[in-house]
Amino acid sequence: MTTGLPISTVFFATGLALALIGLCAILTHRNVLRIVIGFTVVDTGLNIAIVATGYVRGGTAPIIDAGLSRANAVTHAVDPVPSALVVTAIVIGLSVTAMMLAFAIRLFAAKKTLSIDALTDSKW
Amino acid sequence: MMRRLSVALIALLLALVFWRLVAGYSEQQTLRPLAVWYVTHAPLDFGVPNVVTGILIAWRGFDTLGEVAVLFMVAASVSMLAGVARGTPAAASGSPGEIVQVGAQVLLPLIVTFGAYVIVNGHLSAGGGFQGGAIVASGTMLARPHAALDVDAFGVAESVAGVLYVLAGVLGIVLAGGFLDPRFLPRGQFGAFFSAGAIPLISTLLGIKVGAELSVVIDRFRLADVARKPAPPSP
Repeated sequence: MTTGLPISTVFFATGLALALIGLCAILTHRNVLRIVIGFTVVDTGLNIAIVATGYVRGGTAPIIDAGLSRANAVTHAVDPVPSALVVTAIVIGLSVTAMMLAFAIRLFAAKKTLSIDALTDSKW
Repeated sequence: MMRRLSVALIALLLALVFWRLVAGYSEQQTLRPLAVWYVTHAPLDFGVPNVVTGILIAWRGFDTLGEVAVLFMVAASVSMLAGVARGTPAAASGSPGEIVQVGAQVLLPLIVTFGAYVIVNGHLSAGGGFQGGAIVASGTMLARPHAALDVDAFGVAESVAGVLYVLAGVLGIVLAGGFLDPRFLPRGQFGAFFSAGAIPLISTLLGIKVGAELSVVIDRFRLADVARKPAPPSP
């Protein structure tokens, strides 16, 4: 709290690092399921980074109740906009993951393998 | 070898971009003007304590409606892609075992109750339709291997909730300021369970819709038994 990096910088850097790890996983692996996992890791990393940008030093959740009065809210709440955006992004991420897994099932049904190398039909 | 090199190059360049981002980032000391507006106007305009729910259901309500439309599209597409053969489910893959069965009997009411609690308290505390719907769908996942849940019932619940959601939006046009304006119901006492206009109502409809759609998606993946199914004709 007193020394070192601010907490949101740590979260921001961690999120971007996760996104980078996920991208490397997507690019290096040939198994479709591992590629899907790579996409979800990118997704999670970027969500962490976006939420981290909304942090205000010493802030708390933007819910006005006994712990946070209406007068204090402007000075003691974190930015609610990135949180609202990330709720959206999580749902879309889940939808994309479900679609990718459905395509993986179709790939396995058609080619009897999960390797992306089997999908050469539309390769140019 | 060439591929490894290009992957390393891409990762390195992106790491450079991310490093610049992190180096240029500094923690906020005060709220941005937009956030100040939301934090002060959510209690004033809508009487909703949870500002995030206020943004999701009221100001960005149309966007949230589009979001559930995306979820519906995904449920439909997954049904088309994965769940081709209907009605030949779990019997072949066997019983899940006594531990799972008894555990589901004990846990399922608790999970569904907790999900409903999270959905209906979205305007007062952390939670809301999306979060509670996901909890309910996780309960479905636990129950599904043995209990014969009716997927068609989920479809009906999802459709009815969707129609009511749009009707609530139209009521907002007729009785209040615009589409999905939640102020057509009385604001009530700040922080009470029945308060914040129509926000709890819309949040509940959202929760039912999300829970039903995610349950359908989970169910479709369980039906997709590719091992014993002949390969579908290539399109």
